Amino acid sequence: MSLEVRRTDEGLELELTGEWVAQRVPAIESGLAAVDLAAARQVSIATQRLSALDLSGAWALRQLLSRARAAGVAVSFRGPPPDQLRLLEEILSDTSPVGAPAASGPPAREPLTAIGRNAVLAGRDLLHALAFVGRASTTLLRGLARPRRLRPISIARHVYDTGLTAVPIVALIAFLISVIIAYMSAKQLRGLGADIYVVDLVAIGVLRELGVLLTSIIVAGRSGSAFAAELGSMRLNEEVDALIATGVDPFEVLVLPRVLGLTLALPLLTIIADLTGLTGGALLCRYLLDMPLTQYVSRVNEAIASTTFWVGLVKAPVFAVLIALAGCYRGLQVRESARELGRLVTVAVVQAIFCVILADALFAVLFMEMDI
Amino acid sequence: MLQVQGLVNRFGTQVVHDGLDMEVRADEVFGIVGGSGAGKSVLLRTILGLQRPIAGVVRIDGGDITRMSGAQLRSVKAHYGVTFQAGALYTGLTVLQNVQLPMIEHLELERSALQELALLRIRLVGLPAEAARKYPAELSGGMVKRAALARALALDPRLLFLDEPTSGLDPVSAAAFDELVLYLQKQLRLTIVMITHDLDSIFRTCNRVGVIVDGRMESDTLQRIVDHPHPWIRAYFHGERARARRGAAHGA
Repeated sequence: MSLEVRRTDEGLELELTGEWVAQRVPAIESGLAAVDLAAARQVSIATQRLSALDLSGAWALRQLLSRARAAGVAVSFRGPPPDQLRLLEEILSDTSPVGAPAASGPPAREPLTAIGRNAVLAGRDLLHALAFVGRASTTLLRGLARPRRLRPISIARHVYDTGLTAVPIVALIAFLISVIIAYMSAKQLRGLGADIYVVDLVAIGVLRELGVLLTSIIVAGRSGSAFAAELGSMRLNEEVDALIATGVDPFEVLVLPRVLGLTLALPLLTIIADLTGLTGGALLCRYLLDMPLTQYVSRVNEAIASTTFWVGLVKAPVFAVLIALAGCYRGLQVRESARELGRLVTVAVVQAIFCVILADALFAVLFMEMDI
Repeated sequence: MLQVQGLVNRFGTQVVHDGLDMEVRADEVFGIVGGSGAGKSVLLRTILGLQRPIAGVVRIDGGDITRMSGAQLRSVKAHYGVTFQAGALYTGLTVLQNVQLPMIEHLELERSALQELALLRIRLVGLPAEAARKYPAELSGGMVKRAALARALALDPRLLFLDEPTSGLDPVSAAAFDELVLYLQKQLRLTIVMITHDLDSIFRTCNRVGVIVDGRMESDTLQRIVDHPHPWIRAYFHGERARARRGAAHGA
């Protein structure tokens, strides 16, 4: 109990007891709310039995006092009023645009305005992205003129981080996917007596499309996000500003090594994915279709053209550039808050995957036209 | 209020604290001083329960926090406030929301009470009401420190830890912050533990000072610690910078 209420002839006698502290404010508030000021002409408050009063407790008491004042009830303290109350008056009196500035979101907009605004924002974003690509390209050209400025050590680190450490997951996924394709197609083709074409499906599918596409998607999730997060937290920490202030071009030391590193790593990963994919197909054919290994190998040779492997591999560096640029661009866009970092890392990965798949579709049309 | 006894902290072979003792009494401002790398931050992290020591006892209000379970520690944490060196305001929240967060976690308040109590803290530390709506990135260095202080006071703690509260502020703002600390200490009857390098701040605010040297703490009243014979402490209080400060004080 934090409050004892006694009725007298003139009004109410309130005796505050126990601890009036932040932890107990909900109980105190409900106790105070139950005090009925309607019939009272004056209220006398005793604080001698109060064992603790902090700022929150004093605030609750002040609420009662202003309620009493509004109801025209005289309030008196038995003994001196608590110091905390005086402090509270001091704080609240000097600046009093009462009524809290409510945390307001962005103003509600008309749907049409919203569409227009978003279109303008999207256009501006595209322009910025183009400028980013342009700056990265000119930095690359300048670097090619003086190869030491390309930071070979930094590039090696990124080849290691994005390539070598990704080998297990890339190999495993390529293996499993080719097993899935072989298994699915074997079931269908066996009915037609065309088991042998399982090999064609696996070989062409993995080499042309799936090897490079799956690898790129894994790398976009792994390294695209890492790039964005790394650069984003460097921005939050003002490290990027520090680089610029020391006259170091962040494109040269941050962006380009990542782009070049990934451009080297992704083709290598693709080759590994191709290898383990074909291995997965071979194992499945051997044990599910009882096809001898020699027959599998010779069938693979027949199925693929001389270009099949290269058609897949040539896409890898393009995808790598897209992933790295998306990650770096979004990372460097981070300003101010940790929430923004999370949002932009998400955007980086989503856009990297989108760009990769879009580019893959364009490649498919291109190769079709070129007849390869 | 706060006692540390026989504290030992080691990282690998590097000994940070080697039997450190410290006592903070109620209603005083206790300054912690030490060279860079002397283990001031590690000491604070240990007292806050962010890090378990290898040996030693840390008592806050009588309970030994190094042996507490998570739930017990949580209730102790509601009784002290902390400000970190760089402010450590949550960047995704406004100042008002920053102050409200501990209240929402520990108190069951209604929305209007929450709002008013949080605004009260913001005014208490001398921030204008319109700062409540702003995000930390929109605040100046001095305002960030004040907002962090408002958040530390959210639960009406008796004990307040300040980690380098005046670092990065200009002398005028730093002096104003010292006055604020003194004002709050007196008005709210706080016990304050302050890590600081700022000599002006120490002389203005601290009743007693503990200096970390060689993994231990030498603590005494300000007047007496100034005349301590240990070479580092002498260098600290009687070095070029300190003399300049005193010279200025005498000249004035």
